Amino acid sequence: MKELLAILIGAVLVENFVLSKFLGICPFLGVSKKTSTAVGMSGAVIFVLVLSQAVTWLVNHYLLVPYELEYLQTIVFILVIATLVQLVETFLKKMIPALYKALGVYLPLITTNCAVLGSALLFVERNYSFIQAVVFGFAAGLGFTLALILFSGVRERLETCDIPEAFKGMPITLIAASLVSISFMGFASLILP
Amino acid sequence: MEEKKNLHSVFSNGLIKENPTFRLLLGMCPSLAVTTMARNGLGMGAAATFVLVGSNLVISLIRKIVPGKVRIPVFITVIAGFTTIVQMLLAGFLPEINKQLGIYIPLIVVNCIILARAEMFAQKNGPLASVMDGLGMGAGFTLAITLIGSVREILGAGTWMGIPVTAKLFDPAVLFILPPGGFLAMGFLIAAFNKLADRKNPKDETREEAGCAAGCPGCSKAMHGGEA
Repeated sequence: MKELLAILIGAVLVENFVLSKFLGICPFLGVSKKTSTAVGMSGAVIFVLVLSQAVTWLVNHYLLVPYELEYLQTIVFILVIATLVQLVETFLKKMIPALYKALGVYLPLITTNCAVLGSALLFVERNYSFIQAVVFGFAAGLGFTLALILFSGVRERLETCDIPEAFKGMPITLIAASLVSISFMGFASLILP
Repeated sequence: MEEKKNLHSVFSNGLIKENPTFRLLLGMCPSLAVTTMARNGLGMGAAATFVLVGSNLVISLIRKIVPGKVRIPVFITVIAGFTTIVQMLLAGFLPEINKQLGIYIPLIVVNCIILARAEMFAQKNGPLASVMDGLGMGAGFTLAITLIGSVREILGAGTWMGIPVTAKLFDPAVLFILPPGGFLAMGFLIAAFNKLADRKNPKDETREEAGCAAGCPGCSKAMHGGEA
């Protein structure tokens, strides 16, 4: 239990996926303009991350490892994730239209979110068990959410600022991200015994 | 002669005018994550260039036999194949670089530059032009991330490619080799590129939010459309 808590806090605060591992930068910069879209995207990411962690762990453990096909991990993982995202979308559209309406537009953007493939590759690297991998996926999603929502607040304020011409758009956004990232470094000393 | 000139412009296009990192703002994750040292940037750039050239060539060769509806999954499989090759080559021959770059090597698969070039260039052009496009874009990407890596390494560690360069001019600011420094260096470099581009061509309005905001969701949307 303590181990799971360590994974959770580690992935949310200490090595935040976006701000310290640079995974999922594209959606982080792309959809953080408004808090409302940030919330929608985060929900979709958590949902897909937990599911994909479970499925890729099972595929890795029961198919790739026993047959010594570990070298196919990259190919298999990305295909599993792409298929999964598609399945989730079709399923939600038919079964839970309300949830589909809330998450729908964000779902297709997730296949190329490197946080999803990244956390699949990380559980292999770290030899996580099934439960650990799923908790790790959830924590990664939560960390992404925290960074995205905090940052969307910062960006909404940037809109009204007077910024030099050359810095408009992406440069000032990156510099703001740098400051948010500095604040997250404060969590580095937060290591569980 | 005409053909040759054309290939030359395809190559130089990716180098400066449509530099994938600074102008198109594609592939931000590796540009920030592995650029703590100039050498890592060079390694990452070389690996991505290999994948880019290989996948552009193969996709251009099979472009006429792949049905439009399944093209994106096919492209991704080709790209993942080349990524696996580069991963195995690095693990075999350059284990040190492989260890430094870690999971960012397999993550080349989800690097938007590669899928975007497959979709925008390789599936519409012949193999020779596609290889040149891959080389140009790869060189532009390598140049950009080596530049970011150099800036961060010089400011953050006082060395370049492992050689001490700043001597006692100033104390290295460790911040630059830490994650926040990545965002900071990248922000200032893009601003510098914008400034230069604006001076040369003041009417260029294309840069505003052209990349990640539009690029990655753009290629994911294409992916989605392909599978539906």
